[in-house]
Parts: sequence; C-alpha cells; structure tokens
Amino acid sequence: MTAAHTCTLLSVRSATRRFGGLVAVNQLSFDLYPGEVVGLLGPNGSGKTTAMNLISGALPAHGGQILFNGQPIHALKSHQIARLGIARTFQLVRVLGPLSCQDNVIAGMAFKPRPLFGKAAAARAQELLQRVGLERHAALPAGELTYIDQKRLELARALALEPRLLLLDEWLAGLNPTELQQGIALIRQLQGSGLTILMVEHVMDAVHALCSRCVVMHAGTRIAEGATAQVLRDPEVVRAYLGGEEDDSREAAHA
Amino acid sequence: MSRKEILAWAAGACVLLGLALLPRWLEDDYYLSLLISILMYCVLATSWALFSGPTRYVSLATVAFFGLGAYVTAVFGEQLPWAAVLAIAAGAGLAVALVVGLSTLRLSGVYFVIFSFGLAELVKQLVTWWEVNVTKDLGRYVFVDITQLDIYWQLLALLALVLGLRALVHRSRLGLALRVIGEDETVAKHVGINTTHAKVLLFTASAVFMTVTGAIMAPRWTYIDPSIAFAPVISFQTLIMALLGGAGALLGPVLGAVPLVLLFEYLGAHFPNHFSILLGLVFIVIVYFVPQGLSGWITRFSRRKKGRP
Repeated sequence: MTAAHTCTLLSVRSATRRFGGLVAVNQLSFDLYPGEVVGLLGPNGSGKTTAMNLISGALPAHGGQILFNGQPIHALKSHQIARLGIARTFQLVRVLGPLSCQDNVIAGMAFKPRPLFGKAAAARAQELLQRVGLERHAALPAGELTYIDQKRLELARALALEPRLLLLDEWLAGLNPTELQQGIALIRQLQGSGLTILMVEHVMDAVHALCSRCVVMHAGTRIAEGATAQVLRDPEVVRAYLGGEEDDSREAAHA
Repeated sequence: MSRKEILAWAAGACVLLGLALLPRWLEDDYYLSLLISILMYCVLATSWALFSGPTRYVSLATVAFFGLGAYVTAVFGEQLPWAAVLAIAAGAGLAVALVVGLSTLRLSGVYFVIFSFGLAELVKQLVTWWEVNVTKDLGRYVFVDITQLDIYWQLLALLALVLGLRALVHRSRLGLALRVIGEDETVAKHVGINTTHAKVLLFTASAVFMTVTGAIMAPRWTYIDPSIAFAPVISFQTLIMALLGGAGALLGPVLGAVPLVLLFEYLGAHFPNHFSILLGLVFIVIVYFVPQGLSGWITRFSRRKKGRP
C-alpha cells in the first residue's frame, strides 16, 4: 500500500451496484481525506444515495472495493461498519417514533465499541441534544417532533456513535433560510472538531459554504471531481444538470 | 435500582407468595384446574411477548415449541427423573429455536408470520409421520407422577422467571436494541446493533419457556397425540391474549390472558358446538376495538387523569 492510500480515510474504488438491468452506481471511485467536507452531487436519480448505501453497508456492492482507514469494508455488514466509525443520516428521515428523543440518541451510543448506557449515556445524550438545539424536547416522543427537528435528532443520533466519518444524505434539504444558516454553522463546527463529512446535497449555497471538494455523479458514473467552484463550472457538470429535469437546471443556474 | 423499582420487585414477590399459597384455600379441584389454564397462558403469552413485544415480529410458532415440550414429557417422562425431563425439554427448545432463528429471522413482516405458522404445522406433520411409520401408534399415554398442585407451582415459578427476565431485558442494552429493531431495523443496523444476534437470542429464550411450559402441562392430559399437542389454536390464543393486554408492557400479556382464559372457559362450557365461531368473533372484536391493548388504554386513561393530552 502506498503512502497516499494510508492517509486517505475513505477510498471508494470502482464500486458498482446494479438493480436488475439498471447500473445505479457504475465503477465509482473517489477518496476522502481526514477532516474534509466533501459534496457528493448530481441530478436526481444519479446514484448518490445508492453510493451512500454502499459505503454504510445498507446495500452490498456488486463490484469494486471500499476501504475505510485502509481496511476493506465492502463485504462487512452495516452494524460492523457503524462500529468502525461511519455514521449516517437518511434522505427520508428515520427516527424511532415512540421512543423519547433522549432514547433515540442513547440508541446511537449504546452499541458502539465502547458503549455508553444508563446515567452516563443520559448525560451525554443531553449534551448532544443541546448541540442540535433539541435540549428542551428530551422527554418528547421523537414522532411528535416537526420534520426539521426530526432531522436534527437524526444528526444527534449519528454523532452519538462518535464517528470518524459522517454521511449526510440531503440533511439540509427543506430548511428555511434561518435554519439553513444554523445548519451550516453546525456542520462547520463538526468539521472543526475533526470530523470528516461526505454530504449529498442539492442546496448549492451550503455546498459552496461547506465543501472544499465535490464529486459529481451522473447516471451512476463520476463525471467530475475537484475543488468546488471549479467542478461546478465544468461544462459536463452543467450539461448533466441542464439535461436533467427543470428542477435541476434551476439548481445549476443557481450554482 | 431506584426506590420505585425495589418496591415493584417486592410487590411482585408478595403476589407470587400469595399465589403459591392460594391452593390451600381452594376446595374445588375445578378451580385449581382453571388456575392452571390461566397460568399456562400467562406463561405462553409473556414468553411470546418477550420476543415479539419489542421486535414486533408476530410469531405463530408458539405451539411448535409447546408441543415439542409435551412430547419430551411423553417420551422420557416414565424413565427419567422429572428435573431431567424439564432439562431435556429446555435443551430441545433451545436447539430447535437456534436452528429456526438463524435460518429465518432474516425474514420480516408477513413472511415471518407465515413461516412461523408453517413451522408449527411442519413439526406436527413430522411427529405424526414418525408416530405412524416408526412407533406405529399415533397416540401416547403420559404416565408421570406429577400432581395438579405440582403443575400449578411449576407454572407459577416459570411465570415468575419469564416476567423477571422480561423486566431485566427491558432495562438492559439488549432491551433497547430490540425496541430499536422493532421500530426500524435499518436504523438498528446503522447504530451498530447486530440485529441477527439480538433477535435469535430473544427468540430462543422465548422458545425455551414455551417448550418447558409444554413439558409441564403434558401430565395433565394423560393422553396426547399430535393434533392435541400441536393444536394451532394454542398459538392463536397466545397471540390474541398478548395483543389484548398489550405486548409492549411487562404485565400486558397477563392482563390479556386472565380474562380471555375465563371467557374461553365459559364459552367452551356453554356453547361447545359454536366455540370456534365465538373464538373468531372475540379475535375480531379485540383487533378492531383494542388495537393498542388494555395496557395502552390504561396508560392513556391515567395520562388524561393527570391532565396531559
């Protein structure tokens, strides 16, 4: 293994995933370095979420390799990957409805390699809830939170795992301008604490504000990778967005 | 342990002692036999809820394990000491549950329900095949030196054990893991829960209690054949009792088992020819009107009293 590989945190190499005849992720390769915030972009249906699912183990890859910290993880199960230090949020938010917000966060820390449970977990959960702005709702069933607050809760649960890599799947989507600024500040703060973040995001303001680099996908393949401003000017990226739905062209114009 | 919990355990111990002494004041054997039926279903429904309550995997395999236990008693009851019979029953339940659990708990939702029902039928057919082709005798007599009172006390001890275990599991990490699995298995995996381990562990524990219940109950029948020991109605009644009481609450299954055993006893005595129809009606009424279970009702009622919505 070369020196370059040992300092990458995550290395996706020719990862491939098919659904029947459709190749959702086709020979996708990219690297993440410790402490980076990288955007995973692309029009709807370009395979971004599937790529996230391959990394988190929610779906098995049909080809290629994924290395985390130099260790192959593409054949591991989700719970093993989580314990290695990769946490995620979901595009369609998944909170544990009847459980209290505090228990939702404790669920995130009770099964990591050095588990926290009981009183210590409750105290730590309260800290994390405070960090995402939910400290007043600790005892409330998660299902009774607003959609936005459920997203915050999901982030707190992911952080409870004390991950080294955080996968955010459209975590900033649907926020109002004030919430968006808070969200961006929160992610910056996470980056400041040394966390590496891979984010699928359509909100271009956030991508510009947070991501030093971007990987752009189209129809399952990587069409561009590099510094954010440069990648978003790439003719092929612009074409991919303009060639997509009306929605996407507006996003690209905005970019 | 908090003060409230210590009080709860102490209260539980007192109730247990009271129930253990209860037969002293019973003059009619009919009441003892009724108490045994109630206890049997309390144990079965609580064991069922041990696994199915938090995970929400609806199992119809109860009678597969119950019948297995009954057959262990029928086969070994005469030659071996009683403790050995119970140990063999527990071991058999453990082995079958491990094999079944490891191979099927990847299924979820309706597939698991159908599979568990199929499992009970499969075991029944296998035993029938064996009796017809190998022993050449479909029925068996159970001659064991166990009195009704022994059965009562053993079931009571078993109920105390399974309730205690459920209480301990509920407050442990395993309990949290099962609740997370019940809510969202994808999330469970992504917070690091080995869902297969957690499910197989609890499924097996639950099955062991069911098997031992069958072993303890067998002497009461004196004669068993596969259609008695593996009667599907036992699985259905266990399920509906747990649902009526509320499978999520510790005492929910007991809350459901007591009134339903009494009701079924009444229906069976007064309308023997229409029992199945009435049983079906009871199922419909419960699922339709008490979807949250009695324990859910009580919680909501007490909340409203405290002035919370």
